[in-house]
Amino acid sequence: MSMTGKVHSIESFGTVDGPGVRMIVFLMGCPMRCLYCHNPDTWDINNSTALLMTSEEIISQFNRNKDFYSNNGGITVSGGEPMMQIDFLIDLFKKCKAEGIHTCLDTSGIMYNPQNTEFCQKIDEMLEYTDLIMLDIKHIDTDIHKELCGHKNDNILAFARYLSDKNKPIWIRHVIVPNWTDNQEELYSLGRFIATLKNVKALEVLPYHTMGENKYKELNIEYKLAGVPALTKEQAQQAKKIILCGIKGI
Amino acid sequence: MQKEWQGFKGSIWQKEINVRDFIQANYTPYDGNEDFLTEATERTKELWAQVMDLSKKEREAGGVLDMDTKVISTITSHGPGYLDKDKETIVGFQTDKPFKRSLQPYGGIRMAQKACKDNGYEVDKEVVEFFTTHRKTHNAGVFDAYTPEMRACRSSHIITGLPDAYGRGRIIGDYRRVALYGVDRLIEDKQYQHDSTRTIMYSDVIRHREELAEQVRALKELKELGNIYGFDIGRPAQNVQEAIQWLYFAYLGAIKQQNGAAMSLGRTSTFIDIYAERDLANGTFTEEQIQEMVDHFIMKLRLVKFARTPEYNALFTGDPTWVTESIGGVGIDGRSMVTKMSFRYLHTLHNLGAAPEPNLTVLWSERLPEAFKRFCAKVSIASSSIQYENDDMMRVTHGDDYAIACCVSSMRVGKEMQFFGARANLAKCLLYAINGGIDEISKKQVGPEFRPITSEYLDYDEVMHKYSAMMKWLACVYVNTLNVIHYMHDKYCYESLQMALHDRHVTRWFATGIAGLSVVADSLSAIKYAKVRVIRDENGIATDYEVEGDFPKYGNDDDRVDEIAANIVHEFMSYVKGNHRYRGGIATTSILTITSNVVYGKNTGATPDGRKAGEAFAPGANPMHRRDTHGAVASLASVSKLPFSDAQDGISNTFSIIPDALGKTMTVVSELDVELESLKPEDLANTSCGCASCDAMGNLQEGLDRE
Repeated sequence: MSMTGKVHSIESFGTVDGPGVRMIVFLMGCPMRCLYCHNPDTWDINNSTALLMTSEEIISQFNRNKDFYSNNGGITVSGGEPMMQIDFLIDLFKKCKAEGIHTCLDTSGIMYNPQNTEFCQKIDEMLEYTDLIMLDIKHIDTDIHKELCGHKNDNILAFARYLSDKNKPIWIRHVIVPNWTDNQEELYSLGRFIATLKNVKALEVLPYHTMGENKYKELNIEYKLAGVPALTKEQAQQAKKIILCGIKGI
Repeated sequence: MQKEWQGFKGSIWQKEINVRDFIQANYTPYDGNEDFLTEATERTKELWAQVMDLSKKEREAGGVLDMDTKVISTITSHGPGYLDKDKETIVGFQTDKPFKRSLQPYGGIRMAQKACKDNGYEVDKEVVEFFTTHRKTHNAGVFDAYTPEMRACRSSHIITGLPDAYGRGRIIGDYRRVALYGVDRLIEDKQYQHDSTRTIMYSDVIRHREELAEQVRALKELKELGNIYGFDIGRPAQNVQEAIQWLYFAYLGAIKQQNGAAMSLGRTSTFIDIYAERDLANGTFTEEQIQEMVDHFIMKLRLVKFARTPEYNALFTGDPTWVTESIGGVGIDGRSMVTKMSFRYLHTLHNLGAAPEPNLTVLWSERLPEAFKRFCAKVSIASSSIQYENDDMMRVTHGDDYAIACCVSSMRVGKEMQFFGARANLAKCLLYAINGGIDEISKKQVGPEFRPITSEYLDYDEVMHKYSAMMKWLACVYVNTLNVIHYMHDKYCYESLQMALHDRHVTRWFATGIAGLSVVADSLSAIKYAKVRVIRDENGIATDYEVEGDFPKYGNDDDRVDEIAANIVHEFMSYVKGNHRYRGGIATTSILTITSNVVYGKNTGATPDGRKAGEAFAPGANPMHRRDTHGAVASLASVSKLPFSDAQDGISNTFSIIPDALGKTMTVVSELDVELESLKPEDLANTSCGCASCDAMGNLQEGLDRE
């Protein structure tokens, strides 16, 4: 009997979540409650709309269209927080690697806990089959992080250091939300933190957008960022420059 | 060897008319990049400014600047026309001046009159009298032969877009022959063909002899067209300027003779490049001079204009001419057919700016040179004006000297032609199956009076059974309608010049077309996997449907419905093949309504997939709007399951995407490995990578195909 994962949806033409053209598998369930989350419909891991899929089904869907993904592409697992279903994740990535498929994990890092040795062993096993991790650091200040996402960021930063020690390639992602994550000093100290990691291959600074707002209405969840305007590309570029300055210490 | 052929290799093409052999023996594949290209010359800029000025005046005049109302357009009907004789390196217009539309009544005098009238002109009374009393047109012939059933199908729009009132087009003369051999040699060859036909006078032999005589006559007129502009095109072209000019005269002759629905150019760039390479090697012309000739040639192709009615332009959204030129591809020996001329043609989109015509079509192969692929991408981003088609797929059937007519119809140049075939509305056909042949809008009995479906909920097996019978009927009326059209077109509006630039015996593709495929697939899927309740009017005619529950929708890589779509194409095609076809035409079909899908939808009632009456169909083989919810790959995967072997005349999928959805630019993602080493603090002020998509920010609307 194959293991099944709880899948929110699959995007067959993912071009913004990792290198190349990728199949993006969105898994159900997330412990974070980020105010700007644009996938609130993935929060509840017991959501009845979840599709139960095996790794084989996902890989077969990938393989039938693999011509599209063959040029540097692969599979990205996103969510939700995919590490909530870490057993499934290990199963999927292991089978992907057996087929030579590039694997990428899009995570918040919130599931990492150095005290939980059993879980850490699972993480180690998962990392064996993971080619790239996109780690989304929501905020560098742990208290603001708690306000923004419902959790402190200590374990997230610890996860980043853990991956650095293992020299696992990561991309750092950071969303700029007006009034929340656009403070210059904080962006600069995020850059300082990134500078301490030796495994960062790329930095991705994403402008906040309001496209998720409708989903909140449909789900009858209050959208706490109502009225916050979307960020322009130029503003995001500006923020990125500051982080880069932080990385360089200039 | 002829003196014009000095330096050319190969021998077969010298003994017989064989342009492909000439190309294969002489062309130089080019794997390099675009750095050799040159900018527009002053003369080019001045000429183009003049064109822009005339275009503006034409727009201000409501779309037409001038029309001929008295002189019937023939190959030699008009004196020379110029923009500015001293500046033009390639000359020739359809009439005696640019932007003046010619009068072409052979397809149908009524259409010619209407085109004039709607634009504020009146066709000369004597001309009208002549073409109604003394000289029959294609249109008049067709209506003499149509059956009442054919007329009913036509007016109820179950068969649409029939070329029965205007020129059918979709034939590509091998215009290169004129440049390579000169008209005299071609006349000699055709005369020989005429002299060597069978002499037992079956009607097809008589017809062939008459057509060959017409072809010889057309070639003689073509030579005269050269004389009108001061050139002797009886002999072969001796340099690249003459090669372009000779080739253009041949094309010009064709569009002076025919106002076809699509008048495509063929596959000329690699052919012309052979002359350019020879001239560059001999120092006859510089790169700049050659680019200038190409710019002027393309400028002429942009100014091809026909007299059309506003309805025609509304159907196709614009004032299209489909001057399609096929570029690139790979030869059957595995060499890329990309040459420097392929770059020069595409470069006109930079030198003259973006334009929909000529319809520059890249025959795309995995194995095209990387530098050319990158150049194409760059030009596409800057101009959104390149069409791409799958050479790897078409080469299997058509070899390496085929070209595209209109938007997707492939044919070997000079060896194959097509009888253009409009399309059958398969969505409406499904409604006829449900209503026993009664049209859901007019409520008239158009199809055969089969027993209608009377149950409240539709049953898949019952619907399929009736649908098969109705498709069989439709295919029969459809093919026979086309038989009438092509018989009459050959008789009253024969393309004598274009056919003179073909071999003695040509393969004729009998093209049909399908509209509404995704509507049918989703409707049948809804009937099979959900529950569809029928809503009937007071006379018991089904006019609306209510879908209860969800069903697999075409466009999501779901075999349950994708197989339905593929099976329908195959089934309809097998019925088409079951009918007699005029002149032994080989049946093909296309799934390519690009803009006319709006009009077809308007004329079709509500369908069992939940589509409301009058709502537009999806274009071509596209999934219905907003029903493909699993991303582009899944959507494309559904389309790619349609059997090309059944739809060799082309399958189109219109795909628009905003640049951001194609991936991130360097402004958002940066490879830190690179940046940390190379970036100086002052560089931080400008993080744009400088590529066009970073700077333009506009939507990339990639129109892959048009109809």
